Amino acid sequence: MSQPAGTIAHSPDFPLDRPEPLAPPQEYQLLRQERPASRITLYDGSQAWLLTRYEDVRSVLTDLRFSADARRDGFPFVSPAVRASVGGRTPFFRMDPPDHDRIRRMLTRDFMVKNIEALRPQIQQIVDGFLENLLAQPQPADLVREFALPIPSAVIARLLGVPYEDHEYFQSRGQRMLSRDSTLQESAQSVVDLREYIGRLAESRLTDPGDDVLSRLVVEREATGELDREDVKSTGLLLLVAGHETTANMIALSVATLLGHPEQLAALRADPALIGNAVEELLRFLSVVHSGVPRVALEDIEIAGVTVRAGEGVIASIPAANWDPEHFATPEDFDIHRDARRHIAFGFGIHQCLGQPLARVELEIALTTLLRRLPGLRLADGAEYAPEKAVYGLHRLPVAW
Amino acid sequence: MSAAPAPWLAVDPERCIGSGRCVLSAPAVFDQGDEDGLVRLLDPAPPDALRAGARNAAALCPSGAILVGGAAPQ
Ligand code: HEM
Ligand code: SF4
Repeated sequence: MSQPAGTIAHSPDFPLDRPEPLAPPQEYQLLRQERPASRITLYDGSQAWLLTRYEDVRSVLTDLRFSADARRDGFPFVSPAVRASVGGRTPFFRMDPPDHDRIRRMLTRDFMVKNIEALRPQIQQIVDGFLENLLAQPQPADLVREFALPIPSAVIARLLGVPYEDHEYFQSRGQRMLSRDSTLQESAQSVVDLREYIGRLAESRLTDPGDDVLSRLVVEREATGELDREDVKSTGLLLLVAGHETTANMIALSVATLLGHPEQLAALRADPALIGNAVEELLRFLSVVHSGVPRVALEDIEIAGVTVRAGEGVIASIPAANWDPEHFATPEDFDIHRDARRHIAFGFGIHQCLGQPLARVELEIALTTLLRRLPGLRLADGAEYAPEKAVYGLHRLPVAW
Repeated sequence: MSAAPAPWLAVDPERCIGSGRCVLSAPAVFDQGDEDGLVRLLDPAPPDALRAGARNAAALCPSGAILVGGAAPQ
């Protein structure tokens, strides 16, 4: 039986507010201690369980009795946008094995560490190009628009075989698709637009393939009957949106975090080889997938002192797990020297982020280049955080140098 | 006692989801297959200096595809 925890409502509306832009909601601390499995109320009035301890979050994500299949009754959606985003043919990240594994494995070669490492020179070139654009702007300039958003957009466009010239089209629809401020219709329309867009590209790759992921899906998988066109669209859409939104938000928030912790920034500038470790700590500290990972129980399961009944929804909170003091001492301290590698910012279990090698390399190169080239980088007024996004980020980050 | 001791380190590509965490932790011990991006073992009995990295890889592996210790951990 759960006891009321401090001043937290019995079944609070989820997502909780985050008054501190660079910290998860403070209620997580109390919940973790007193109600590690807690009832929450979602936007549509339905109830789900929120799990906040590192151990419990990891065990949900490795337990296949917690299904990722968004078509099942009881699957929890945190906003109309997230509900609409899996419209059309369900993408593989909202499927269970064996279908999930079958489709994911068509992509593991493209995203494996050595293939991503081989892209370093191209990624560096893209970063250098946008850095020049940034330098050409009057100060203060918006780091999100000039640097954080275009870099991962250009990288995933190149990898996937999507023309970067279309970036305004796919960025605006990607954002509307995932915003809590969008209506179900707005979000659903974005999905329709993006599916059509990718469908058109796929059609042209069938006759004129290039050296890119979309061409390989069409030529090696669709033409052989392993995937149909609807799966190609769902997969392309997932890669395009997951590939730019998340990393863009991470780049901008990382810069805000480093500039807000001058002693950490100085340590990183003094020893650029710390960047790998710093990126892991930024991933932990920022935990941008802030509304957590949704699952639905397939049978009655005991966890965190409660019984989750078959058909009940569960949200495994990434930020709460990554700020669990049992696993990360004084989690509120941003410390680029700590060993943060056990964070679960990319999830855990069979759905752990496919694009993580790419995200790591992009973050390393973007941050290293920015700090090296702009020794006087500083925040200007007017930062606008974006708590309504499914992936936490910033709308604007004005900087000067 | 057993005649054929289990190797110190083993991987199961069937469970692997190609996250690459093992390759980043211990690049001399793990690789990803050129064709499928799934885990391959480069060295089932890595020297002591590489064992901490291999253990770390097993702890970080999201899909439980790495087994450390075998029958005769040292
Ligand atoms: C810092 C940036 C990123 C973060 C924090 C992040 C986070 C995540 C998380 C938490 C999941 C697990 C979702 C779940 O279990 O339901 C995930 C899955 C996924 N991510 Fe990322 N991601 C990032 C960058 C990328 C990039 C660059 C791509 C590139 C294409 C990508 C593609 C994917 C895909 C395809 C999945 C689904 C994997 C599956 O279900 O098997 N992500 N990501
Ligand atoms: S860490 Fe595990 S899942 Fe990731 S590539 Fe290595 S064996 Fe596969």
